[in-house]
Amino acid sequence: MSAATSARLTEAELRAQEKAARRAERERQKRIARDEAAERKRSEKAGFANVNNPRRSTLMTILCAIFAVYCLFPFVYLAINATKTQADFTSTFGLGFGKTFALWDNIVTVFTYQNGIFGRWLVNTLIYVVVGAGGATLLAIMGGYALAKFRFPGRKAVFAVIIGSISVPGIALAVPQFLLFAKLGLTNTPWAMIIPSLISPFGLYLMWIFSEQAVPTELLEAARVDGASEFRTFWTISLPLLAPGIVTTALFTIVATWNNYFLPLIMLKDADWYPLTIGLNQWKDQASTAGGQAIQNLVITGSLITIIPLVIAFLCLQKYWQSGLAAGAVKE
Amino acid sequence: MASAGIAAEPVKAGEVRVNKHKADWRGWKFMWPFAVVFVFVFIIPIVYAIYISFFKKQMIGGTKFVGLENYSRLLVDQQFWSSVGRVALFTVVQVPIMLFLAAAMALAIDSMKLHGTKFFRISTFLPYAVPAVVSTLIWGFVYGAKYGLVGSFNDFFGTNIDVLKPSVLLAAIGNINTWEFTGYNMLIFYSSLSTIPHSLYEAASIDGASEWQIVKSIKLPELKGSLAITVIFSIIGSFQLFNEPSILQNMVPGNAITTYYTPNMYAYNLSFSGNQSNYAAALAIVMAVITMAIAYAVQLNSMKEQMK
Repeated sequence: MSAATSARLTEAELRAQEKAARRAERERQKRIARDEAAERKRSEKAGFANVNNPRRSTLMTILCAIFAVYCLFPFVYLAINATKTQADFTSTFGLGFGKTFALWDNIVTVFTYQNGIFGRWLVNTLIYVVVGAGGATLLAIMGGYALAKFRFPGRKAVFAVIIGSISVPGIALAVPQFLLFAKLGLTNTPWAMIIPSLISPFGLYLMWIFSEQAVPTELLEAARVDGASEFRTFWTISLPLLAPGIVTTALFTIVATWNNYFLPLIMLKDADWYPLTIGLNQWKDQASTAGGQAIQNLVITGSLITIIPLVIAFLCLQKYWQSGLAAGAVKE
Repeated sequence: MASAGIAAEPVKAGEVRVNKHKADWRGWKFMWPFAVVFVFVFIIPIVYAIYISFFKKQMIGGTKFVGLENYSRLLVDQQFWSSVGRVALFTVVQVPIMLFLAAAMALAIDSMKLHGTKFFRISTFLPYAVPAVVSTLIWGFVYGAKYGLVGSFNDFFGTNIDVLKPSVLLAAIGNINTWEFTGYNMLIFYSSLSTIPHSLYEAASIDGASEWQIVKSIKLPELKGSLAITVIFSIIGSFQLFNEPSILQNMVPGNAITTYYTPNMYAYNLSFSGNQSNYAAALAIVMAVITMAIAYAVQLNSMKEQMK
């Protein structure tokens, strides 16, 4: 009883200490920033700049700002035009607002148009991403770990085949994949979308490089000496060490699956199984079919809804994918 | 339990040492799921594609073995070679521009001389998160001469610019691709730059190296390694050009984007609307061989070195 109480006490203490440490760290960061700013000012006066803390260049910032505008203005265009009615879209200036602010109406219409099929597409996309990209990440983690930490027979062959497969054009695969899946009765089912999404050579490469660096072989040896099975070692020791690499790989497989256009285009004929990308394209094409009603406002609002989750994911997970990729680039 | 483990341990360790020259199959415990799916979605389809490329569907008598007939037909197929020429031109122009922009941005961001480094890093990369469908839709609307930005520009200045006319259409598509992938390539360059130890810069500056000398002698050689990867991925990507032109197809007036605009579009239309999947398979294989040959010729070897 007393042991449990003291354990709880130490836990509370620990938490307090952790908090204090974090506060101290924040203050330290602030101090560093202050010092750096002061030093920049000093060096500007003295005409001396050091490498770690060079003078800021306004000219370079302006040049890069031009490029940043190029990168960001399509997002602005999308956001502005999502607030317009179809009539305003065709009649008013592209980077100015329309006569009526119709963003909410547009969002409601996107989700109710054609009996709310957009919601169905969204759910489909989520299923493909969770199962397809999730599975791809898992396979890449295990495969990359195997390539990095074991010298098994056929390892070199696996390496050669995967290098080769990166350069095979998607179409060379897609046509026979389609014919094969059609023979197996898998076309027009979610499996036709999910199974090919499970393979990510780039993810495998990333996890391979990452495992090599992040998991010390001595640690694995120690676990084996203690009698842990290979899978136990993998789950309890390696996986936590691989976390930043896993987030990076997951992000890239999620983007690949979420944004995939070609695969669903050939595999799926039934609109009920479409992901967002194919659905949006179908809505866009509606304007050019005979008697079709132009619904560009819905296409644009739908596009905005499609990209928001990924943009948020990238913004929130910045720290992870940058460190993960940097590790991938260390390999010489 | 624990004591049993300890008791068994020395024997096990001994075994490992004895078996050092014997095959160690443990890696396959982790490799097999990837390998199985890979065989199913990569190897079997490729083998199957090679197999069906030797056959031909006929009106009468079903499918017939024709040997290399599909390949010899491909050799003299004007539409096929015009599409190959188009993507080759696209690659030669678009890839260098994009990689130059990406490397310049990476160097600028890495130099720490910008106000708001973080903002530039994320804003350059953000387009990568946008699906090709959406980016093509946005740019397609922007390009539109009727109610797009180009149209507004023409109204305002009284000009008659049309970026979707056949002569500049390829450049318009190139712009979409540049927008989509510069950030991705920038990030690869930037990651490799960020691995240079800072002590190296300090040493260089103590030795009196100018900033330009540091860029030339330290940073550019470092970029070379990642250049191999970006060049190969970009070449493969642009030889497979499909999404952007096929989505633009009916946003472009007239028939500027034909069904054989790129090799991928040609193969797609042959097998899904032309019902000639055998011929399309032959086309796909030839394209795969061409792409691989170019990728190897350019830099796959240096990449292999890197991955050893």
